[in-house]
Amino acid sequence: MLIFIARRLLFALALLFAVSAFTYVIFAALPSDPAALTCGKNCRPEVIAMNRVRLGYDKPIVVQYGQYLKGIVKGRTYGASEGVHCPAPSLGYSFRKHQCVTDLITRSLPVTASVALGAFVLWMLIGIGLGTMAALKRGRWPDRLATGFSVVGISLPTFFVGLLAIMVFVIWTGLLPFPRYEGITSNPAKWFMSLILPWFTLAIVSASSYVRLTRNGILEVMNEEFVRLGLAKGLRRRTLIVKYVMRAALLPIVTIAGLDFAALLGGAVITESVFNLPGMGKLSIMAVNDSDLPILVATTLVAAVFIVIANAFVDILYGFLDPRVRSY
Amino acid sequence: MTNATPLLSVRDLHVSFKTNDGIVKAVDGVSFDVANGQTMGIVGESGSGKSVMVSAIMRLNFGTDVIVSGQILLNGIDLLALPESEMRQVRGRDIAMIFQDPLSALNPFYTVGYQIAEAYLVHHPKTPKAQVEAIVLNALDKVGIPDARKRIKSYPHEFSGGMRQRIVIAMALINKPKLLIADEPTTALDVTVQAQILELIDSLREENNSAVMLITHDLGVVAETIQQVMVMYAGRTAEYAAVQDLFDTPSHPYTQGLLRAVRSFDQSTRGSLVSISGTPPSLINLPEACAFRPRCSHEKGPLSACATQRPELRTIGASQSACHLSADEVSRVQREAFSK
Amino acid sequence: MTPILEVRDVKKYFPSGSSRLLQRPTGQVKAVDGVSLSLQKGKTLGVVGESGCGKSTLARILTRLIEPSSGSILLDGEDVTRLSGSDLRRMRRDIQIIFQDPYSSLNPRHSVGEIIATPLRIQKTVAKSEQAGRVKELMHLVGLNPEHFNRYPHEFSGGQRQRVGIARSLALNPKVIVADEPVSALDVSIQSQILNLMQELQTKLQVAFVFIAHDLSVVRHIADDVAVMYLGKIVELGPARTVYGHPTHPYTKALMSAVPVANPVSGRKIGRIVLTGDVPSPIDPPSGCRFRTRCWKAQDICASNEPELLDRGDGRVSACHFPELEA
Repeated sequence: MLIFIARRLLFALALLFAVSAFTYVIFAALPSDPAALTCGKNCRPEVIAMNRVRLGYDKPIVVQYGQYLKGIVKGRTYGASEGVHCPAPSLGYSFRKHQCVTDLITRSLPVTASVALGAFVLWMLIGIGLGTMAALKRGRWPDRLATGFSVVGISLPTFFVGLLAIMVFVIWTGLLPFPRYEGITSNPAKWFMSLILPWFTLAIVSASSYVRLTRNGILEVMNEEFVRLGLAKGLRRRTLIVKYVMRAALLPIVTIAGLDFAALLGGAVITESVFNLPGMGKLSIMAVNDSDLPILVATTLVAAVFIVIANAFVDILYGFLDPRVRSY
Repeated sequence: MTNATPLLSVRDLHVSFKTNDGIVKAVDGVSFDVANGQTMGIVGESGSGKSVMVSAIMRLNFGTDVIVSGQILLNGIDLLALPESEMRQVRGRDIAMIFQDPLSALNPFYTVGYQIAEAYLVHHPKTPKAQVEAIVLNALDKVGIPDARKRIKSYPHEFSGGMRQRIVIAMALINKPKLLIADEPTTALDVTVQAQILELIDSLREENNSAVMLITHDLGVVAETIQQVMVMYAGRTAEYAAVQDLFDTPSHPYTQGLLRAVRSFDQSTRGSLVSISGTPPSLINLPEACAFRPRCSHEKGPLSACATQRPELRTIGASQSACHLSADEVSRVQREAFSK
Repeated sequence: MTPILEVRDVKKYFPSGSSRLLQRPTGQVKAVDGVSLSLQKGKTLGVVGESGCGKSTLARILTRLIEPSSGSILLDGEDVTRLSGSDLRRMRRDIQIIFQDPYSSLNPRHSVGEIIATPLRIQKTVAKSEQAGRVKELMHLVGLNPEHFNRYPHEFSGGQRQRVGIARSLALNPKVIVADEPVSALDVSIQSQILNLMQELQTKLQVAFVFIAHDLSVVRHIADDVAVMYLGKIVELGPARTVYGHPTHPYTKALMSAVPVANPVSGRKIGRIVLTGDVPSPIDPPSGCRFRTRCWKAQDICASNEPELLDRGDGRVSACHFPELEA
C-alpha cells in the first residue's frame, strides 16, 4: 500500500511539472507581446524594450520558464536595481495592478475556498441524499420529485439561479442582505450570511448530476449478486443498504466529487461574478479583460495544481476503499 | 417419499412481472415437495422460471412490480404470509443459498472471514468474537480451504473460482440450514472443478442431514446426486419424476428431446446432433395452451387439444407429466427411443 | 497439401504486476507459451481447455486482434504475423471470428441487416446495390428469416443471435473461421442446432473452423483434430477419433471423465477421475510439467523436467513423462 501511495505521489509530481511547463509555453506562444502589455496605450518603445529586459521576456522560453520556477522556490526581483521584490513563492508580477501575483492569489483563494467548501458540502448532502431517496423509493413520488429536481437543476444556468435567488431572497423578501464578502476571521457571522446564497446556488446546480449518479449507482448495485446473497443471509435491509449498497455505489462518485471540488477551487467564475465575490474566478476574468498575462498564467497553474492533487488524492483514497485496487 | 410431511411444499406458485409489453408469467402454477434430507433437482433452460422461483421462495426481490401467489410451506408455515421481520429469520438460518457465480456473489469490499462471520452473527448475535472465529475456521476447514487461519483475512478476488464457491458454501452452511438451495452452483466453474463441488455439497448434505434443492440447466449434473427431478418449461412444470425414471422412461416430449440432445453429445460418432427445433416462447401473454407445442416433434401431434388447452400434470407411467398425449402413445415412444 | 492455417511456436506474454515504484512489470503471464498447430481446408480443429489455458488468447492471436510476442501464423502459406494497415485488412477477409456471447457481441443499436452488412461495407467486396441481396442470402443460409433484416438484436433469442454472428462471419467468404466458445452461452436444446448448422455450412462452403471450447463433449462431433491445452501449452494433439478413443495425457483423461453424463447409472462416480484443486494461476505456473500439481501420476521428474510433445502413434502427440499407453 505504501508503495502504491509513493508511486502515485511521484506521478503527481511529474505531472505537475509537465502541466506547469505546458501552461507556461501556451501563454508564451500567444501573439500578444507581454512586454507591450506592461504599460498603457501610449507607451514608448524604449519603455517596452526596457520592461522586456526587466521581466526577462527577451530570453529564450526555456530560460524564462527556469526563472519562473526559480521564482516559485526562491522569490524573485522584477527589474534591475529599483525593481520590485516578490518573496517566494513568487508567481510573477502584475504590472497592471502593480502587485505580486502571489499576493493577489492569497487574497482571492480564501474567498473561493469558502464558496467551494460550503457549496461542496451542501451539494454532496443534497445530491447523495436525494439520489438515495430516489433509488430506494424507485418509481414512487420521492423518486419523481428527485429526478424532476435533477432535470430542472441541470437545465438551469448558474447565473439564472443566482440572479433568481438574489431577486427572491434579497430584493423581494429582504430575508438576506445583499451579499458582500467578509473574511471569516474578521466577521464570521457576516461571512456566513454573505455566502448562503452563493452556496445554495452552486449546490443546486451541481447537485443535480449527483442525484442521478447516486440514484443510478444504487439501483445498479442493488441488482448485484452479492447484495442478493447478503439478503439471503438474513441481513436487515437497512444494514444491507448502508454496508453493501452505499459503499459500492458511492465509490465512483468519490472520483467525480474530488475532481469537481478541485475544479471549483480554480474559481467559480459565474457564481463569483453574480454575487460579486472577489475570488479566483473574478481574478481570472479581470485578468482576461486586462490581458494581464502573469495573473492568467498563475491562476491557470493554481487550478491545474488543484486538479492534479485531487486526482492523486482520489486515487489513493480509492486504494483504501477498494481492496481490489490495493492489490495491484 | 411422500408419506412424511415434506420439509418444503410449494403449492400452485405463480410469479409474474408487469412490463411495458404485458404481463410476464415467469412461474405459472408450479407445485412440488422437498423431503427432509432429500436432494431435489429442478431442471430448465433459460427463461424456464427456475431462478425466479428460487427468488420467490426466499422472497429476495419483492418489488412493487412482482406479483406472487400460491403457498410456500416450510414445515407447514407459509413463507409468503410471514411478515418481513420473521422472513428474515428464515433466510440464512432455515434456508440458505449458493449462487451461480461465486465472484459476483461475494462482496468485494470485505474479507471472506468477515462475510462468513456476518452470516453467523445475523442469527446468533452477541456471540463472543473468539467463538465466532473458531466457528468460521471450522467451516472453512470443512469445505476444504487450506490454511484457513491465514485465508480468512483475504478478499474474494484473491481466491480461485473453485475456492470462492467453497467459501460461499461454507457461508451457506454455517447455520446448519434445513434446506440448501443451490442455483446453478457449478455453471461458472471449470469442468474439472464441477465434480469436486457437487461431491462437496452432497457430503455436507449427508453430514448435516439437510435437504438440497439443486437448480440446473444441465441434465448431466442432475444425474450425479439427485433423487427427485422437476423439469420446467416456460414457467410451468413439464415433468416431475424420480431421477432414474426420468432418465429411463421420460414422458414429456420436451424431456425426451432434451435427453436425446444431451445423449447425442456423448456418443462417439461424428455426425449430426439431435436438437429441439425452434426457440423457447416469449413469456409475455403466453396463451392458455401447451407452451411446448410449437417445438413439439411428436409424430402424432400436436393434437388439437395442445393448441387450446393447457395440459395438466398427470401420471403417465412412472412420471407426472403435463402432456395431452395418451399414456399408450407415450410408452410406445419410450420403448422405441429409450429402451436399453 | 499446404494447410490453410498454420501456427508455428506462437507465444504471447502479457506483463503482469507492477509493484515497483515506476511501474515496471514484475512478471509475465505466459498466456500462450509455444503453441504449434495446423489446419487443412474445410476441416475443423477443436481447441479445448479450462480457464487460464490460453485458448481465448490463441483465438485472438489467430484473428490478429492481438499480436503474438513471438512465433508466426501462416494463412494459406502466407506469413500474416506482422501484417499491418491495408494488408492486415485484406487478410481479415480470409479469417473471421465468432464470439462466445451472442448478447454482448452484437451492437444493440444496429439492425441485424446492418450488422451482417458491416464487413461488406468495410471491405467493399460487394457493390453497394448488391449488399441487401447478399445480406438476405446470408440470413437464409444460417436459417434466419431474411424478412427480419430490419429487426434489432434484442428481438432475437440467444440462438438466433448466434446465427446472426455466424452470418456476419460468413459475409466475406472467409477461408477460416475462429469460433470462440460459440455455444457455451446457449441452452442445451439450442447448442445442437448451432453445431449442426456449423457442420452444414462447412460441407457447403468448405470453410475451416478453429473451434474453441471448455469441455470435450462439445467439440466431439464437429472436430477432425483436437488440441487439449493446459496453462498456455498443448498437452495433447491429434485426430479426434484417436484422442477421444484413447487419451494418452492424464489431463485429457480427467477432462473427458469430468463431463457429467446424463445417465444416473453409468454416470454416477464410476471410473470418474476427480482432480483435486483448481487450475493454478498462469502468472506463476508450476515448474516442469505444469499439470503435475493436480496429477495423480506425478513423480519427481515431473517437477524438474518439462515433458515434450512426443509422437504416440496414429498422428497424435502428447506431453507427459508417464503417458497412458495402450497395454
